[in-house]
Amino acid sequence: MDVSPTYDSFVPAVAVLVSLVATGLIVLSGRWPNLREGWTLLAGVVKFGCVVSLLPDALAGRAATFTVQESVPGVDLSLRADPLGVFFALIASTLWIVTSIYSIGYMRGNGEKRQTRFFASFALSLSATIGIAFAENLLTFLIFYELLTLATYPLVVHKETPEAIRSGRMYLTYALTAGLCFLVATAWIYLVQGNLDFHAGGMLESGLFSPDALRGLFVLFMVGVGVKSGLMPLHSWLPAAMVAPTPVSALLHAVAVVKSGVFGVIRVVGFVFGPELMAGAGLDVVLAIVAGATILLASMIAMRQDNLKKRLAYSTVGHLSYIVLGAAMLTPAGFTGGLLHMGAHALMKITLFMCAGAIYVHMHKTEVSQLDGMGRAMPWTFGAFAVGALGLAGIPPINGFLSKYYLGLGAVESGQLVVLGVYLLSGLLNAVYFFPVVLRGFFRPAPAYERYNEASPWMVVPLCLTAVLAVVFGLFPDLLAPIYSLASGISAEILPTFPLNSP
Amino acid sequence: MIPDHVAVISIVVFLLTAIIIPLVSRWGDRLPYAMAVAACAVVFILNAIGLPAVLAAGEIHYALGGWEPPIGIELVLDPLSAFFVLMISGVAGIVLWHSSRPVPAELPGRGSVFYSAALLTLGALSGMVLTGDLFNLYVFLEIAALSGYALLGSGTARAAAATFRYLILGTVGASLYLLGIGLIFLETGTLNMADLSAILAVTGLSPLLVIGIVFIVAGIGLKMALFPLHLWLPDVYTAGSTTATALIAPLGTKVAAYVLFRLLFFVLEPDWVRVDLPVTTVIGWLGAAGIVWGSIMAIAQDNLRRMLAYSSVAQIGYIALGLGLGNAHGFIGAMLHALNHACMKACLFLVSGNLRAAGRSQSIAELDHSLQRSMPWTAAAFTLAAISMIGLPPLAGFFSKWYLLLGSWEQGSWIFLAVIVISSLLNAVYFFRVIERMYLAGGAKTDDKAPERLDRHVNLVAPAVVLGVGLLLLGFANVVIVNFLIRPMLPGGF
Repeated sequence: MDVSPTYDSFVPAVAVLVSLVATGLIVLSGRWPNLREGWTLLAGVVKFGCVVSLLPDALAGRAATFTVQESVPGVDLSLRADPLGVFFALIASTLWIVTSIYSIGYMRGNGEKRQTRFFASFALSLSATIGIAFAENLLTFLIFYELLTLATYPLVVHKETPEAIRSGRMYLTYALTAGLCFLVATAWIYLVQGNLDFHAGGMLESGLFSPDALRGLFVLFMVGVGVKSGLMPLHSWLPAAMVAPTPVSALLHAVAVVKSGVFGVIRVVGFVFGPELMAGAGLDVVLAIVAGATILLASMIAMRQDNLKKRLAYSTVGHLSYIVLGAAMLTPAGFTGGLLHMGAHALMKITLFMCAGAIYVHMHKTEVSQLDGMGRAMPWTFGAFAVGALGLAGIPPINGFLSKYYLGLGAVESGQLVVLGVYLLSGLLNAVYFFPVVLRGFFRPAPAYERYNEASPWMVVPLCLTAVLAVVFGLFPDLLAPIYSLASGISAEILPTFPLNSP
Repeated sequence: MIPDHVAVISIVVFLLTAIIIPLVSRWGDRLPYAMAVAACAVVFILNAIGLPAVLAAGEIHYALGGWEPPIGIELVLDPLSAFFVLMISGVAGIVLWHSSRPVPAELPGRGSVFYSAALLTLGALSGMVLTGDLFNLYVFLEIAALSGYALLGSGTARAAAATFRYLILGTVGASLYLLGIGLIFLETGTLNMADLSAILAVTGLSPLLVIGIVFIVAGIGLKMALFPLHLWLPDVYTAGSTTATALIAPLGTKVAAYVLFRLLFFVLEPDWVRVDLPVTTVIGWLGAAGIVWGSIMAIAQDNLRRMLAYSSVAQIGYIALGLGLGNAHGFIGAMLHALNHACMKACLFLVSGNLRAAGRSQSIAELDHSLQRSMPWTAAAFTLAAISMIGLPPLAGFFSKWYLLLGSWEQGSWIFLAVIVISSLLNAVYFFRVIERMYLAGGAKTDDKAPERLDRHVNLVAPAVVLGVGLLLLGFANVVIVNFLIRPMLPGGF
């Protein structure tokens, strides 16, 4: 019944399992830190290689599948590397390598304890993330989704301070409640139609669910994926989780975990409900209102944060809803823009977090008001920060501009000029809360920071790399990886016949 | 043919070994231990042979002493009973494997008596499962109860006091059951389950029978610690010796639940207890209340064993809820949960025993993060079992919750659905509270010097780890278990 042809392949399974195996090896080689980090890097490269090898087929519209066995009667524990899954896996696995290099510099530079647990949980989280990306059905998705919660919990509480433990409890409370809502919704669909496989354009068979039932399902699903994607009012765990070490905030709370949530929103909107049911039951409007409100409120809260990581966290909350809003518009350009923003925001926000971490490890500063003049001492770090900040505000030629352009186009396509206004206003607010950081760093006088005094290259190289990548993808989106073609292919898959309102 | 005799040999192996152990114990201190484990292994293997045979060829009836039923007593090996005996012997074998150090440490000089009582209990529990006769079931029930009191009461004075209360209440339960079958015998003139079932199919329910059924359900409900008849349980589990608790907690209440399943769905017509006389509805609601009450009480406990005991009340509630749903998914969920919970609870009580063996307190407030370095395997086993109890995939507990959830949904029981969801969160609260203390410093100073390893004994660590990893395997194997073992045992009318 699927549109795209499939073929059996063990590559998706390898992509998931390689970091699971690495988790074991990391635990076993805890006494030899260099060997331990070697496993992380090796697994990162292998995982990246697997995902890249799936890319050509995904572009050609063929999906690699791998079935382990039935997880419950009638539902397989199975992986399917469809274009959307490959897209997300590509983002996560690329940035894992970068973050791993950065983590080594950060954890050692900061003299953190329990590094074995840290790297092991990190590798496990990546297994779960790739599993989410490639999950073929709702139950497989849920299994990896819960695994991701469990695997990231040790990272959130890594510092083992009372504050970290409080944040960990909050995280678990939100994430487990969400998982249970998702479970109930999945059980509901299982009982009604038995088939849980994702299907581009919607998997729910028409006529089986009344409009009220659809609304109920939608609420359950949105709580389920909304927690991880930081939809207000379900976002509170995210700023609290900033107590984790910065590499965790960078990869997980800007890329893997929160993007899993957003990825879940796209799966639910595009592959569970589908555009027609969404529009038919008026669900798109509800989602758009929640996402739009989240964008504006989060931006305003971000302005008031003095703690740099908290400011970044609220900015993340806002930008995640860019993507959700893009999906809620149900137009090709909206989906394309949302997907592009998934990649763009990942690159830019990881850069910003890595900068914040470098500043913390090297200068031991955490607040925006303490950064005066530091840019002269750490020009590379602040330069990269400036690139990320400009990009998130949507200024060309950085990739944030491109994604925002498509999101805006989607708003015009759907005829919702309010949405366009939200995007434009939010761009302005982004500038208001990000530029002061850059301005302080470069232009405020500070005698203490006159001499060049940059952080360790283990940290500076990765963050410069992601900043450069952000610019490259902004200028030539299809140069290094066919990101744009993939994104537009996915939206065409979700919306093959949906009427277009484009002029 | 071996399968024909599996039922009787299973019981005889346990009972005979129980008698031989005191006789031979003078020839070696380790002999009772070895024989007890060996007896469990033999029964396990026998039923591992018997279960495929009954799945292939249908149930096997065995007339004791050649007296044909309904006059004589018969044993019945069918998919359900073979499954339960397999579970009893498997879990008991692992727990007894673990007992090589706790028993001499906690009950010095009484090892042979202890193992003898333990095997007597196991033999009686197997008998309750395998028998096809209501009065014979009562006899085994009393043997299990009396040897169980001996097991749980040995050790400290607190244990004896707590067990005395259990003895009083347990005797009340058994008497109620006896009254119940007395009334049924008066009405129908038979005690054989198959015969009774055939007679009832013709005569239908009568007032006297209804009263009998109510007596039986109340009596067995007391034995299985169905809320609000659970009051004896927390004290007994808290005070009992390590091995006794780890043996009784996972198995004793399950077998009582089995009796209810057997009587309500196999001897009686399922529709009588679902529709005409809504016994199952009552049991389901009590189960739901037990889930909530047990979970909340578990959160309030500081003693780890007491917390686990209240958690047992809640988990029995899951099984009762599955029974109360009265549909196929509920039945599957309850059976799967009985198996899963037996493994989880045994694992958790073994962990608590390892803490005791290492001289650590059972108080949760006194647990600290040095544990994860002094007892890494024990802590890991606890974490696995705890995650399974919360019901997170891919561990076994998730899947039993899944079937119970489906059953509640099918039934349109929104409250049951909410109870299952909320209790998962409550489980997370009380288990993560322990995990936090085991793994996280929480502001306390960390000592960089590696503490002394306290769990170096293979016999203490390996059983707990085997059960913990087993939960992972049970999770992956749940489809096989459901399709090949549990579905064939579904009673008619489901």
